Amino acid sequence: MPAFILRRLAQTLLVLLVTSALVFGGLYLVGNPVEILVNPAADEIEKARAAAALGLDRPVLEQYWIFLKGAASGDLGRSFVFGRPALEVILERMPATLELAFLAMVMSVGIGIPLGLYAGLYPDRFSSKAIMAGSILGFSLPTFWVGLLLIMLFAVQLGWLPSTGRGPTEEVLGIQISILNIAGLRYALLPSLNLALFKLSLIIRLTRAQVREQVLLDYIRFARAKGLPRARVIGVHLLKNIMIPLVTVIGLELGSVIAFAIVTESIFAWPGMGKLVIDSMFQLDRPVVVAYLLVVVLMFTLINLAVDILYAALDPRVRLDGSRA
Amino acid sequence: MIREFLRSRIAAGALAMLALIVLVALFAPWLAPQNPYDLAQLDLLDARLPPGATSAAHFTYFLGTDGQGRDMLSAIFYGLRVSLTVGVASGLIALALGGLLGVFAAYAGGRAEQLLMRVVDIQLGFPAILVALILIAVLGKGVDKIIIALVCVQWAYYARTARSAAVVERNKEYVDAARSLGFSHLRIVLRHLLPNAMPPLIVVGTVQVAHAIALEATLSFLGLGLPTTEPSLGLLIANGYEYLLSGRYWISVYPGLALLATILSINLVGDQLRDQFNPRLAR
Repeated sequence: MPAFILRRLAQTLLVLLVTSALVFGGLYLVGNPVEILVNPAADEIEKARAAAALGLDRPVLEQYWIFLKGAASGDLGRSFVFGRPALEVILERMPATLELAFLAMVMSVGIGIPLGLYAGLYPDRFSSKAIMAGSILGFSLPTFWVGLLLIMLFAVQLGWLPSTGRGPTEEVLGIQISILNIAGLRYALLPSLNLALFKLSLIIRLTRAQVREQVLLDYIRFARAKGLPRARVIGVHLLKNIMIPLVTVIGLELGSVIAFAIVTESIFAWPGMGKLVIDSMFQLDRPVVVAYLLVVVLMFTLINLAVDILYAALDPRVRLDGSRA
Repeated sequence: MIREFLRSRIAAGALAMLALIVLVALFAPWLAPQNPYDLAQLDLLDARLPPGATSAAHFTYFLGTDGQGRDMLSAIFYGLRVSLTVGVASGLIALALGGLLGVFAAYAGGRAEQLLMRVVDIQLGFPAILVALILIAVLGKGVDKIIIALVCVQWAYYARTARSAAVVERNKEYVDAARSLGFSHLRIVLRHLLPNAMPPLIVVGTVQVAHAIALEATLSFLGLGLPTTEPSLGLLIANGYEYLLSGRYWISVYPGLALLATILSINLVGDQLRDQFNPRLAR
């Protein structure tokens, strides 16, 4: 186990290094941020001074080396636009993204597992077929378009919910959180529903497939033969066994929800780190883009690692020997 | 096999819809009532007309017009062309690249196989949108750039599928026979292993093309995909975004429906193909 974790962390470091080099070099080639940052009327001397102040006058390899040296001590550079440490700007926006991701996961698990369970237990009912058809539709609907439709329906036509932005926040342990009060939750509802839709369809399909496989197995028949009440067979025996693969997928999907929040945040003007990175890309704010990607890649590897360890804990048949990473 | 496919009414309907969409995309310049990118044909006075409105020149805009007076129906026809081209081209290149790499890895075995599969595992650990975003940030805009990015995103799915199919095949007798006949490695891989790994690759391929189309639309919507000179469906939807809040729904909604119809029909066809190729399902 420790060897497995160590190998995984070494691999993470390599991925981080490759990502940073790729993005650093790529953004260097795409354009000169000085042209965007400096007043268009500025003369060459002013531009050169701005470039020198940002460290952009040095060769790209030297810039990258300076970045790496800083990164080793947790300093990912200063944002060109905000004039503050890039990591600080990102961490500030992170709670907004995480609460959206959290709410979306709660929705997709809370609705998806019961619906999947139902469709799996009664596969021939019309309602089950409707659920499955709905899940195929949810799979095929482009997320960003659904976001627009949600705004159109609930904000413009019906006027029930606010269309964009984040509601009032409350401070909990020094972090600003908006979903703890009703007013904030109203703002978070549409974006998190939008984010949840794809995952919801996935969880419905997965749960149904699992249920249909498991109900045929002997342990269920035995539990029934013992005369256990149906609710207990389903709620304890069946649910426990379908949870193993579901936990893996839910864990991995949490990461992808965070990544996909980029799209949802852009549509709903939600001030999270996804919207930040899109804005930063347009402004060629390289430190923020690089820092965002490194933070997200790191989060991802940690989530993947946690899922693998959890999987081994839940299912004693799985061994972590490092051969599979 | 074709008869079996058509026995499922949903799959047959999806296939018919897909065929229609492909035909519309192929023949867009002849079918579209207007060339939406010929500025001479546009009239700013016709801007933002609702569906069914008629212009002063007695031209009926069945799906309305956008902010520049462009006929939405024509714009959607042309948009489908761009979206499908990008999706299919990236899918085919990724299929060729990933499929070959996967089959070669399975055939070679040992270190090469391990290394390739490690890279595939690492990449598939990250969501497609994130990988695509990194690549687009690095590569910039353009049809060629987005195809490269989509190929980089997708190849790993094909490589994994091809390898697992080829691993089963590589120990079969016909491969031993080919080897003892003294055929070259290249010939064994291309003529013997690859064709037998094709069915699962085709199933993955249909799903991946749908993914690629959705991903391209998403990137274009964010302003990171295609340039405005070649508007795909995603870009058309993005253009309608600003009008949506004032109730002019048609500029965003109709291109979205076209996108949905495309992705849905590909997914339904893919579902049926997967069931047919899956020997474990009783039919």
